[in-house]
Amino acid sequence: MLTERRLNVLVLALLLAVPLWAWVSNEPFTITLATRAVIFAIAGVGLNLALGTGGLVSLGHAAFFGIGGYAMGILASHAQSYTALTDWPFLIEGTKSMPVIWLVAIVASALAALAIGALSVRTSGVYFIMITLAFGQMFYYFMISWPAYGGEDGLSIYVRNSFPGLNTLDPIQFFGLTFVLLLLVLALVTRLRSSAFGLALGAARQNENRLRAVGIAPYRLYLLAFTISGAITGLSGALFADLNRFVSPTMFSWHTSGEIIVFIILGGVGRLMGPVIGAALYVMLEHLLGGVSDYWQIYFGAILLGVVLFARGGLIGLLVGREVAHD
Amino acid sequence: MTDAPVLELQGLSKRFGAVVASNDVSLDLKPGEIHALIGPNGAGKSTLIAQIAGSLASDAGRVMLEGRDVTALRASARAKAGLGRTFQISSLAMEYTVLQNAVLGAVGQAGRAFSLWRSVMKARSFLNAADAALESVGLAEFRNLRTDELSHGQRRQLEVAIALTMQPHAFLMDEPMAGLGMEGTRTMTGFLDELRHRAPILLVEHDMNAVFQLADRISVLVYGEIIATGTPDEIRADPAVRSAYLGESTV
Repeated sequence: MLTERRLNVLVLALLLAVPLWAWVSNEPFTITLATRAVIFAIAGVGLNLALGTGGLVSLGHAAFFGIGGYAMGILASHAQSYTALTDWPFLIEGTKSMPVIWLVAIVASALAALAIGALSVRTSGVYFIMITLAFGQMFYYFMISWPAYGGEDGLSIYVRNSFPGLNTLDPIQFFGLTFVLLLLVLALVTRLRSSAFGLALGAARQNENRLRAVGIAPYRLYLLAFTISGAITGLSGALFADLNRFVSPTMFSWHTSGEIIVFIILGGVGRLMGPVIGAALYVMLEHLLGGVSDYWQIYFGAILLGVVLFARGGLIGLLVGREVAHD
Repeated sequence: MTDAPVLELQGLSKRFGAVVASNDVSLDLKPGEIHALIGPNGAGKSTLIAQIAGSLASDAGRVMLEGRDVTALRASARAKAGLGRTFQISSLAMEYTVLQNAVLGAVGQAGRAFSLWRSVMKARSFLNAADAALESVGLAEFRNLRTDELSHGQRRQLEVAIALTMQPHAFLMDEPMAGLGMEGTRTMTGFLDELRHRAPILLVEHDMNAVFQLADRISVLVYGEIIATGTPDEIRADPAVRSAYLGESTV
């Protein structure tokens, strides 16, 4: 029988097998597609912690995706032009080192999520959606009008950043890097979901009054979930920037937020691997349908509609049914 | 046993615009007792419960829990301070199993909601506390059912079980018998009768048989005001109560 656990393993195996096959048969573009799917998946897994587990429907996660992207763009652009970010009060130089960039992306987006979350998680429902959307759009317009880093045109980075011991320009090696990060993120989120924090967060989504009655205030739970969620999405943004060697304000736009939500809905809201399946499918359809028509999103929209209407619980719900309560 | 009240309301008031939902309500809950709060529909019982639990801020007055002023505390902080609440309409995490709901109470009691790493459903201390509570309300065999599969009565029992895991110093129960049926009401009555020895109960209940059987003292709330407090016999005999409330039924 197909259980959720088996499906999860199967999906990860496929996600690994396809680029390996492409590598063997020398089709680097397929590897790039798989990498794109993995990076989107990380963003989705991040948002799913807030949206799926905590019920925080954020339409502003593009902010963290973009902050991660620009963390990479800004640091790398200074490194490639041999200029310092600032020399006062102390010298900060650019870098081409991925681990450093990731760290900066994670910390910066976590701080932004903490600030945005502090102001927004007190609200709920439509108000929460609108507030997060507003914050996301603030970042978007700020980035467009900030000329120092390319404004509307964005920033190009000529050479992919480096990781010790790897040749990141080799598609399969860069894919491997992102895949390992996805596994680490999945492991982290699995832990969080099965912890007391995860239990309480899920209860907050289902019934805030129940949570209060057992002496737990939802606010700080939401805030922590939102912060971790933003940090994971920020990491994904940095990887996305490195995949394209380009960042632009589009990363901050609400379309990006919407796409990340679509990954989750397609795969299954609140399911661990929901966004992974959703992102993989999205990238696949983007490629296949994109070859059929420039307006591929019309067809994609129809598919999404079908999933929402007929597969409650997304594709995972369709394949393995309702989530069994974890033991 | 000292007679210092565990829970004490001092002049609690709440108005919604021109409507006075509760007006200068004072009552107390002594160790080991069941103090029932009765009153006709619209008397303001639910408002008062919300004020005591902290989900509704009072315009005036104080709530004292074991001599400590908890008026400024939010609902979650009052629960943490020892106020175990059950809801009029079952308020549970319906997608969780029965056991998970009970474990949630144990997590809240231990203040471990920010424990991020250990698997909570494998933590012995939480499981033991949760199982003990489920056992005492008679839900042990249903522990692995999803909560939305429970019957109405079982949900009421689970509410009480979660309150038990909180090891409260006072229970605040809003119509625990509602919709239970004859058999369920009898079981719950027997259970509450025992429960008062763990912690006193402020009981809001419509079932007059249960109230007069259980309560050590009864307070009658009418239009937001307490018109009488006394033993069941005193309340039965009170003319003001009879005209305001009991006249409707045959007690």
